[in-house]
Amino acid sequence: MAKFSPYENNGGTCVAVAGDGYCVVAADTRLSVGYSILTRDHSKICQLADKCILASSGFQGDIKALQKNLAAKELVYEHNHNKKMSCPAMAQLLSNTLYYKRFFPYYTFNVLGGLDSQGKGCVFTYDAVGSYERTGYSAQGTGAKLITPVLDNKLKSPNPLILPARDAVTPLSESEAVDLVKDVFASATERDIYTGDKLEIVVINSSGIHREYIELRKD
Amino acid sequence: MAGYMDLPTKGGFDFGLCRRNESLAEKKGLKIPGFLKTGTTIVGLVFKDGVVLGADTRATEGPIVADKNCEKIHFMAPNIYCCGAGTAADTEAVTDMVSSQLQLHRYATGRESRVVTALTLLKSHLFKYQGHVSAALVLGGVDCTGPHLHTVYPHGSTDTLPFATMGSGSLAAMSVFESKYKEGLTREEGIDLVAQAISAGVFNDLGSGSNVDVCVITKGKTEYLRNHLLPNPRTYVSSKGYSFTKGQTEILYTKVTQLKPKVDVSEGGDAMEE
Amino acid sequence: MSIFEYNGSAVVAMVGKNCFAIASDRRLGVQLQTVATDFQRVFKIHDKLYIGLSGLATDAQTLYQRLVFRHKLYQLREERDMKPETFASLVSALLYEKRFGPYFCQPVIAGLGEDNEPFICTMDCIGAKELAKDFVVSGTASESLYGACESMFKPNMEPEELVETISQALLSSVDRDCLSGWGGYVLLLTPTEVQERVLKARMD
Repeated sequence: MAKFSPYENNGGTCVAVAGDGYCVVAADTRLSVGYSILTRDHSKICQLADKCILASSGFQGDIKALQKNLAAKELVYEHNHNKKMSCPAMAQLLSNTLYYKRFFPYYTFNVLGGLDSQGKGCVFTYDAVGSYERTGYSAQGTGAKLITPVLDNKLKSPNPLILPARDAVTPLSESEAVDLVKDVFASATERDIYTGDKLEIVVINSSGIHREYIELRKD
Repeated sequence: MAGYMDLPTKGGFDFGLCRRNESLAEKKGLKIPGFLKTGTTIVGLVFKDGVVLGADTRATEGPIVADKNCEKIHFMAPNIYCCGAGTAADTEAVTDMVSSQLQLHRYATGRESRVVTALTLLKSHLFKYQGHVSAALVLGGVDCTGPHLHTVYPHGSTDTLPFATMGSGSLAAMSVFESKYKEGLTREEGIDLVAQAISAGVFNDLGSGSNVDVCVITKGKTEYLRNHLLPNPRTYVSSKGYSFTKGQTEILYTKVTQLKPKVDVSEGGDAMEE
Repeated sequence: MSIFEYNGSAVVAMVGKNCFAIASDRRLGVQLQTVATDFQRVFKIHDKLYIGLSGLATDAQTLYQRLVFRHKLYQLREERDMKPETFASLVSALLYEKRFGPYFCQPVIAGLGEDNEPFICTMDCIGAKELAKDFVVSGTASESLYGACESMFKPNMEPEELVETISQALLSSVDRDCLSGWGGYVLLLTPTEVQERVLKARMD
């Protein structure tokens, strides 16, 4: 009898960088399995609230289920409280949602980016079962291993043990951060076969949400 | 034979570490890792007066691209070339070995090598190792009996075909050939079709990528068109780039050694004069 | 765990203008336990040719000894040093000989050839040569190194900038790999001199 194998890895890379008054969330748009490309134009980024954006890679079926689940819960929250959910609240909700399925997890690797209640950029990074942390920047997915050291080198997170606690947001300006994100994706595409085709970049700042695309290698 | 003295060997494989590696895998639970593979699209076709071979240039190690511009069309003889897919070390070694045997044969006979000779040498080597030498090849060339194209499978079986594809991108490439190949193509049509087939592999198969190499062999002439197409340049380079200033890295210890210049001994005209 | 990960390692080489740099970490571990923090993985073959051996430490040392032996035989017979290309073929042949029972190391070869043309190359553990014009990496931190080098490398760097770049690439990569790090070693070769440096790194 065929073994029950409910998971697949559809590849892809997600990156988020938080700055003082902005947050950049980016992901490639390739969806693949094994050596095949399923589509070159599939968005991994989903807007969950006004100032809260989720990018996920992993198993596309689980990503979709998770995003629907979160969107539904956000709507209920909105009706109950008559306001949109804040980004840190959504971060906690995502953690709970993932841990709720501790023994049959959503096979998703998430980064949540947005602005907190003071309007400061925030990035939350997760494992598949809901462990999470607020950081200044993060990379998830197949290209994460290639991108993380570069971000470390440019942005270096302060050690959480340092007292008094230092701000986690990165010192870059918004345009510098977008430039950095484009560059690390171009680098990851050179070496990771699951990353490519197109890069979707979403920037949130005080003036709202701005979306742009650049082309990546298609091989 | 790596014996007591460990002198240079006469050839053949050495199985000396097999037992150790096996027990390492068994007792310590350490996995034996995979080797460098060429995911690969390789193709070949026969046209009006010769053979065109083609290959992509990506070598992969799992999901990571190890080499963005490797050469997969190997030299066998001046009139014979061979595309390789599978374990990179095997395709390289097997083509090199056969290539040297062909050279020796040419020295002995003074005639141009034949494609069937190369084919037989390849298949008998691969058959001997029962598929453990994992090389999948497309062999093409022109000799005194005309143009020839063959495929060789890792177990040693062979095919003789007017057009052939191999590797993980073989289906993508074959879809191009099946819809567009016809007999009596011209040289330009042949190169173009091969480039299209490789491009299909490059873009639709994740194991293949980067550039297109082409090799055209006609009677008495071989052209190796290295990087015939370069369809995948890097898409974005940071406007500022990375610049590191001197002294950014903390150094614990530095040692500088000056190299002694090598003395050139040239034979002067009057060195031996009495 | 793979045999390659038993001791942990990171080796990288980069090409600059008429020069090259080869760098490695300094950790020797047994799985997750660190045994030594002054381990050498970069070895000299002759004045202008170096080899870095990542992977299983015992095989790296054995292979190094065999390579030195074979190079000395060559020197005796030919009265000259090996060209980097020739040496790469020798390493490849020694590794492929053990195709079905391999040494578990992935070599990185770097040298200056005739006219001080830099040459770098890496192989898998059965001798599949991979020649590159820019940089080569190997070891447990290879993925991180690919990413770092791909972003940081620039063609035709001067020696000073090359050393700085390779050091930064190495340090940021090994900090994201549990099995390598604990110091860094960088060797820069220009046509006239060798500079060896030990880098200060995180010791965790």
